[in-house]
Amino acid sequence: MIQVRNLTKSFGTNLVWENVSFDIEAGETLAIIGKSGSGKSVLLKHLNALMYPDAGEVIIDGRCVFDLRYGELRKMRQRFGILFQGAALFDSINTFENVAFPLRYFTNQSESEIRDHVEEALAMVNLEGAGPKATSELSGGMRKRVGLARAVILKPDYLLYDEPTSGLDPLTSSEINELIVSLAGTLDITSIVITHDMHSVLEVAEKVAFIDEKKLSWFGTVQEMQHQDHPQLMKFVRASEYQIQTKPISGAKIG
Amino acid sequence: MDAIKQFGQYSQLLYQALRSSTEFSTYRKNLFHEFVKVGYESIPIIMLTGVFTGAVLTLQTAYQLDTGLYPTYIIGAITSQSVIIELAAVISGLVLAGKVGARISTELGTMRVSEQIDALESMGFNSVSFLVVPRILAGILMFPVLYVAAASLGVFGGILAGALDGILPAAEFMKGARAFFFAEDVVFGFVKSFVFGFVITSISCFKGYFAFGGAEGVGTATTKATVLSCVYVLLADFILAAILL
Repeated sequence: MIQVRNLTKSFGTNLVWENVSFDIEAGETLAIIGKSGSGKSVLLKHLNALMYPDAGEVIIDGRCVFDLRYGELRKMRQRFGILFQGAALFDSINTFENVAFPLRYFTNQSESEIRDHVEEALAMVNLEGAGPKATSELSGGMRKRVGLARAVILKPDYLLYDEPTSGLDPLTSSEINELIVSLAGTLDITSIVITHDMHSVLEVAEKVAFIDEKKLSWFGTVQEMQHQDHPQLMKFVRASEYQIQTKPISGAKIG
Repeated sequence: MDAIKQFGQYSQLLYQALRSSTEFSTYRKNLFHEFVKVGYESIPIIMLTGVFTGAVLTLQTAYQLDTGLYPTYIIGAITSQSVIIELAAVISGLVLAGKVGARISTELGTMRVSEQIDALESMGFNSVSFLVVPRILAGILMFPVLYVAAASLGVFGGILAGALDGILPAAEFMKGARAFFFAEDVVFGFVKSFVFGFVITSISCFKGYFAFGGAEGVGTATTKATVLSCVYVLLADFILAAILL
C-alpha cells in the first residue's frame, strides 16, 4: 500500500501542487490525470523518491520513503518498475541487454537463466525475437514495450507508467493498455498510470486522481467519475468525448 | 549566488563520488570501458599534438636563438624541457578538454534529459557510482599515461624538425636534452596531468549530470563543460607552477 500525505512541491517560486493526499491499495490500478504541465510526472517521481517534496510524505509499508537512507532507498526502489515517457532505454546497448540490465547487476543468475528470463519478458510484451535489435531500430510503441519488459524483469511490487500511450497511434495505444491490464493481473502488481488520455484511463484504471489548479482536485473510482459533477473534471473528460464515444464506458475495467 | 550554488552542487557530487568509489562491482565494467574511451581512443590526437608541439617549438627556438652566441644543442635543451615541464601536459590537457570533456558531458547530459539516469536510479543503481566514478578515475589514471606519450612524441617531433630543417642533428638535440634533463620535471608533468585529468573529467561529469532542457540544454552543458575545463586547466597550471617550481 502506498500512502501519499500532504505532499507539496515547488520549483523555486513556482508551486507545482500542494497538500496532495491519497492512498493506493495493493493490487489496484490508479490513473493520475490532469492537463499537460500540471505536475503529474513530478508526482510520479515522488513515489519512489526520484524527487523530493518541499513537504509531505510518501509512506510505503509504514515507512516514509524520504526518510530512508540511500542504501535502504535503493532497495526500496527495486520494488518499483517504471515505464518512462520516452522509455529511457540505454542507447549504448541492444534491446536484449536493456532488458537483461537489472538482472546482470542485481541477481546472480547464469547467462542461460538471464537469456530465459529476458526472452520470457520480451514474449510477455509481444516482442519475441527483438533482442538483437539496436534501440534506435525500434518504433515508439516497441520502445515502450521494451521499457515495460525491463520494468517488470525483477518482478516489482509497484509499476509506474509515465504517459504510456503518448505519441502512439490508437491501435498501439490500445495494445499498451491491454498490456498494462494483463501485467497487473498476471503479476499482481499495484500500478500507477500517469496520463491525459481518457481512453487509457477507462481501459486500465480502477481509481482516478485528478490534478488541477495546483492540487488534487478529485479522487475516486472510475464508476464515481462517470456519475459526478465536478466541473473541471467534466470539462477534462468531455474534451475526450469523441474518443470515449468510440469506446463504450462499459468496457472499462472496474473494481 | 548562482556560482556558490554551482560550487555546492559540484562539491556534493564529488563527495558522493568519493563515497561511492568503494562500490567497485557497480562500476568495474564501466571503468575498463572508460580507460579505452579516455586513454586508448585519445592516443591519435595526443600523438599529433605532441609531435607538432615539439616540432614547432624547435623551429621557433632556433629562430629566436639564431644569433651565433649559443651552442645549437641549447635548442634541444629548451625544447625538451619546455615540452616535459609545460607543453605536453597543458596542450594535451586543452585538447582533451575538447575531446574527452565534451564526450563525457554530452553522454551524461543526454542520459539526463532522456531520463536514462532516472531509469538507473529507479532500478536501485547508484548513478554517481555507475557513471561519474569510472569517468573521473579514468581521467586521473589515463591522463598521466597520455602525458608520457605527448612528452615523448614532443621530444621526437623536436628532433625530427631540427634534423629535417637542417637546424641541428639528432645527436646534438639529444645532447642538449640530456644535459638539462631533471627527473623532478617529469614528476611535475605527471602531477599536472593527474590534476588536469581530474579537473576535466569532474567538471564535465558535473555539467552533464545536471544538464536540463532537452537538446539545447545538452548543448549548453557541453559548451560550459569544455570552456570551464579549459579555464580551470590554465588556472590549475598557474597554481601548480607557483607551488611546485
